[in-house]
Amino acid sequence: MNTALRPYAAVVRARFSVLLQYRAAAIAGFLTQSWWGGIKVMVLTSFFAATSAAPMTLSQAIDYVWLGQALFSMLPWSGDPDVARMVRTGDVAYERLRPLDTYAFWYSRAVARRTANPALRALPMLLTAGVLFRLVGWSAYALSAPSGMEATLLFIASIVLVVALSASFSVLIDAITVATLSDRGVTVLVSPLVIVLSGSLIPLPLFPDWLQPILRNQPFAGLMDTPFRIYSGHLAGGAAILALARQAFWVVTLIVLGRTLMARVMSRLQTQGG
Amino acid sequence: MTQIIAEDLTKTFRVAHRGEGVAGFLRRRWRDVHALQRVSFTLREGELLGLIGPNGAGKSTTIKILCGILEPTSGRCEVGGIVPWRERIRHVARIGAVFGQRTQLWWDLPVADSFALLRDVYRVPPADYRRARDELVALLDLERLLATPVRQLSLGQRMRCEIAASMLHSPRVLFLDEPTIGLDAVAKLAVRDFVRTLNRERGVTVILTTHDMHDVEALAERVIVIGNGQILADGTLTSLRQNVLGERRLRVQFAEEVSDLSIPGTSVRQRSGRSVELSFDPRQTPAHSLIAAIAARYNVEDVHVDEPPIDEVVARFYARHELDA
Repeated sequence: MNTALRPYAAVVRARFSVLLQYRAAAIAGFLTQSWWGGIKVMVLTSFFAATSAAPMTLSQAIDYVWLGQALFSMLPWSGDPDVARMVRTGDVAYERLRPLDTYAFWYSRAVARRTANPALRALPMLLTAGVLFRLVGWSAYALSAPSGMEATLLFIASIVLVVALSASFSVLIDAITVATLSDRGVTVLVSPLVIVLSGSLIPLPLFPDWLQPILRNQPFAGLMDTPFRIYSGHLAGGAAILALARQAFWVVTLIVLGRTLMARVMSRLQTQGG
Repeated sequence: MTQIIAEDLTKTFRVAHRGEGVAGFLRRRWRDVHALQRVSFTLREGELLGLIGPNGAGKSTTIKILCGILEPTSGRCEVGGIVPWRERIRHVARIGAVFGQRTQLWWDLPVADSFALLRDVYRVPPADYRRARDELVALLDLERLLATPVRQLSLGQRMRCEIAASMLHSPRVLFLDEPTIGLDAVAKLAVRDFVRTLNRERGVTVILTTHDMHDVEALAERVIVIGNGQILADGTLTSLRQNVLGERRLRVQFAEEVSDLSIPGTSVRQRSGRSVELSFDPRQTPAHSLIAAIAARYNVEDVHVDEPPIDEVVARFYARHELDA
């Protein structure tokens, strides 16, 4: 492998295999996600029964909910717990002992975290909502297949961008954690923002029309809303490509922002003495 | 060849200094803390330096600057021709470091996996890695520990693994910050033996900080004492001893009770029954003539000449410089 990337790939592999060990947490997460998913689907079903002009079909909204439950652990609603611990103990200075670019080092860890957790949880969730529900006769509440070949490919591309976006936002949280010497404040501020603005709480198309331009252009839409709407065909063709471009734009922006903050934080860390 | 140059290294931290109550909350004042003040020394390749001093003296700050983690407020520093903080990544790839209170091993991974990860992080070629790893495993007796997750290791086992981990990329300079802290006697000896081997046989330059003066006695030919951010002494342990507490001690076991004990050139430190401990200055009264003089006057069963324990020498030195250990 390219020697420039070798250390970072090794960090991703090592973190990934460690995180795969947390199976009990994954089972608990799966049960919670199923429970919440069921509630959301029921609420949406009664909502759709009472309205005539919905901005998306019930089936699209149900797909949105189940995908959101399956990929919930991809959301960057908190930073890396290891970074928070290192900030508390002062070990964060020792991360600088590695011959690595600290931003890329932490980004690698974030990529591992945002893929290992969903890798454990997504499949059982998708099988439950997509297959088991049909077998027991709950087809109306089940997850449908992607709306076509093109949608499938665009969905996969969009999920790759979700990982990049989620990791770049996670490292930004990490940098803020180092700057403020605690992960508490930033997590309290960020987690409701991420959960509401990504569409995880309520699908974004169901928000009022006048909010749509804002919702479309903010970075968190790229964490869930974009791929899920592509999956069900709610976003297709040129609009889908444009949405992917928005995701990519936010990835680049957050990386630039994160790197800048990290560089400042690390030089200040030096003057404080870690 | 000179490997490490430190010249007038100064490090000042600004720390928030807050008074009590509401007034203190509203008005935050800053206070300058001088962690290092014009610290200068040079180290040749292959030297082993013991850095000692009470807590908060500036030892760790010095090590952090040399490791490239901290930038000094002023002063010059080079390690192997590189200014550590200016070219951090290139610098840290060429040094090894162990911080006794921290871990560089991945807590959840078996030791062998941690080593493999470090191999990739330091971009060590596979053949070099195998050679270095096999050597370290043999020297530190790690074979049985390799498959164990780090969190299940005892402190002594972990420290052996930490030291091995810091040498996998075969650095020419090794920084050890309190490597023997909390270790039992056996583990301490293992660590010292290994460091001695690295230094004497491989020519690795070592800077060691410790509070255990036996580490220094066993390893370091040169000692720097730091206190209040300044270098207070720089030399051999022998010269430190002579300057601070040059006396020697003679324990005499008499064959019978001695009532009037007066021996010129000595003073009595302790006395219990028939055994007496005297202190004397070997430059004025050589040990052999003192023993001959005592043996001529009294009926002596046994004698034993000793130096004051190194801990006492250092404590005396700290006290002289009004340092709180």
